[in-house]
Amino acid sequence: MRTISDLESFVGGDRSEPLLRPGNTNCGGCGMSIALNMLSRAIAQRPVQIVIPACCGIVTAGPFPWSAYGAPVVASTFAAAAAVATGLARVAAANGEKTRILCFAGDGGTYDIGMATISAAAERNEDLLFICYDNEIYGNTGGQRSSATPLGASTTTTPEGKHAPKKDILGIMAAHRVPYAASVSLAHADDMMRKLEGALDARGFRFLHILSPCPTGWKSEPSEGIELIRLAVDSGLYPVIEITKGRDVRINVEPSFSEDALRSFVRRQGRFARSQVEVEVIQEGIRSEWEKLRAAAGPPRLPSPPGARMVPDRFAVR
Amino acid sequence: MMQLISANHASAAAVTLAARANRKGRGFCSGVYPITPQTECIERLCEETIEKGSVVRVESEHSAMAVCMGASLAGARSFTASSSNGLAYMAENVFAAGFFRLPIVMMAVNRTLGPPWNIWVDHGDTLMLRDSGWIQIYCEDNQEVHDSILLAYRLAEDERVLLPVMVCQDAFVLSHTLMATDIPGQPAVDAFLPALNLPHRLTERPRVVGGLEFPHETEMHRKQHMEAMGRVPAVYASVQDEFERCFGRRPADPVVPYRLDDADLAVVAMGTTSSTVRAAVDELRAEGLRAGSLRIRMFRPLPEVALRSRLAGRRKIAVIDRDVCPGLGGIVWGEIRGLADPGAVVQSYLVGLGGGDIRPEHIRRIYEDLAARDRAGDPVFLEAGR
Ligand code: SF4
Repeated sequence: MRTISDLESFVGGDRSEPLLRPGNTNCGGCGMSIALNMLSRAIAQRPVQIVIPACCGIVTAGPFPWSAYGAPVVASTFAAAAAVATGLARVAAANGEKTRILCFAGDGGTYDIGMATISAAAERNEDLLFICYDNEIYGNTGGQRSSATPLGASTTTTPEGKHAPKKDILGIMAAHRVPYAASVSLAHADDMMRKLEGALDARGFRFLHILSPCPTGWKSEPSEGIELIRLAVDSGLYPVIEITKGRDVRINVEPSFSEDALRSFVRRQGRFARSQVEVEVIQEGIRSEWEKLRAAAGPPRLPSPPGARMVPDRFAVR
Repeated sequence: MMQLISANHASAAAVTLAARANRKGRGFCSGVYPITPQTECIERLCEETIEKGSVVRVESEHSAMAVCMGASLAGARSFTASSSNGLAYMAENVFAAGFFRLPIVMMAVNRTLGPPWNIWVDHGDTLMLRDSGWIQIYCEDNQEVHDSILLAYRLAEDERVLLPVMVCQDAFVLSHTLMATDIPGQPAVDAFLPALNLPHRLTERPRVVGGLEFPHETEMHRKQHMEAMGRVPAVYASVQDEFERCFGRRPADPVVPYRLDDADLAVVAMGTTSSTVRAAVDELRAEGLRAGSLRIRMFRPLPEVALRSRLAGRRKIAVIDRDVCPGLGGIVWGEIRGLADPGAVVQSYLVGLGGGDIRPEHIRRIYEDLAARDRAGDPVFLEAGR
């Protein structure tokens, strides 16, 4: 962790140091840390500016004058990340700068309080990449429900287990016909890198959804985060897909729909213990979701070769 | 060039000139959202061509200010306009822009906060934001609205200040009333407004703007903010000089006395009420009453030194508020009563609330009521229940 004054001599564009530096305050086993490390590699030499709303993602930077981020960051108000990023992106464009503008927000700042702002930025097709690390809970305030909290998960405001299933955020974003929207699995590194790099290079509004294990909220072992994501993907609970222009749906990882995987996913997390949500009920949700996805994606296609870059659509930036 | 235009259009004209003046800098970017009675201003802005920059039509006032923050953090000149409940909805980001110390300029049309819904003038909406760390200027006519916006950029962007400025004007009384307004040419504005060079703008250097901090750092930042506010009166005076040099007319002082020096009765007011008060002063003087008035043009920072010296020796002072602080009285009165001489009568009058008329006879009643008092009483509502 460096102070602002240590950084006075820093020349931008040096990505030899990580985006998330030592000294950050993330909990051990936080999926966000893994996501940021992968993002760091994907960014490589690209100049970036990042907007992070009030959430764990900004707390992790540490207090003034320190920064655990190796990039310029604006801490925005909770609802406003996509709008602050709009201002940054417009001025970068007006000055012919190549700086990529990113938002990095939790599910609260995306699914809930930030929804109107994100929807509007998507509708305007602003040239920014919005990344949602979805830990399915208000982690920063100690674990309350969000509209990303899944059916049956206990939180401090749904102690008996949440009654409603989570919002289909990717469907919502794709319905804006944004150039690119994709879900990212922390357990599928090649697919993840391809998506991060492709989304960084593409123009117009891009949206990435990352299911992010939160040992604190999920009541899970910090060391099991990646394994939990693998189980979520394999069971079909977390489809790994990408949607271009809001209609071209591509399934990137074929699940086995294993009931064992689903049972293991649920059993390894304390948050499902109290509601004892039945695996059959969750499976019913998975089935209907995949019927919808199959109908949209058409017959199974060859998976993208590892490392293949998404060919971005060149959307005119207004 | 003289034009017969509303204060809304006068604002739009001023912003367009200021925006174009930054074409050699990092340009202009503004987030806008409509609300009556401000809408004409942003409509006009959306018609203008700004060679380097854009106007983003966003989904809410909250986002309008957020776009301005992003734009300003990126080093561009920025502007938005709002009013009433729009300002209330925007409030979180108004404070954020203040605390970021971004030199954003906002044109605020003073309108009653609802519910019940009322579109007419009341100062409660911007006074609600008095502690947001913005400079606040209240205008009296359309020329002043126009000039104050140009002046606001120069003041906001001065490196001794670096604070956002709210230029306030009365709903409909100014926003929709046409007055002859002199709009300067671009070269004069270019000379007055140098390219913005925001020292804390975001570059590629890693740092977190606006993240967490500990209590002592917050105290330090608040103190720095106060100090910047403290430098405003001196910088304002130099900006007045510069304005006069570039445009040939001098913007008004932060406080404007009228026939006050020998006055037995002083009435303090803000916005367009001040013009009516001056007319009443002339009438009362003609009748032999030693009436005077004081207009507050700048409410934040409160021009305390000027106010104290202008109020010194005045034994009877009326403060007119076009707003209410329930549980106190008038908001302006709450601030002024501590600045008068000890023992002076400082009485609160609430008038023209929700856009009710403020006619010379109202002002006359205030002077008469004040003359008859030997101590201040409860705040007086002039027209309640009529
Ligand atoms: S509370 Fe959850 S999301 Fe927040 S830092 Fe801890 S593990 Fe990460």
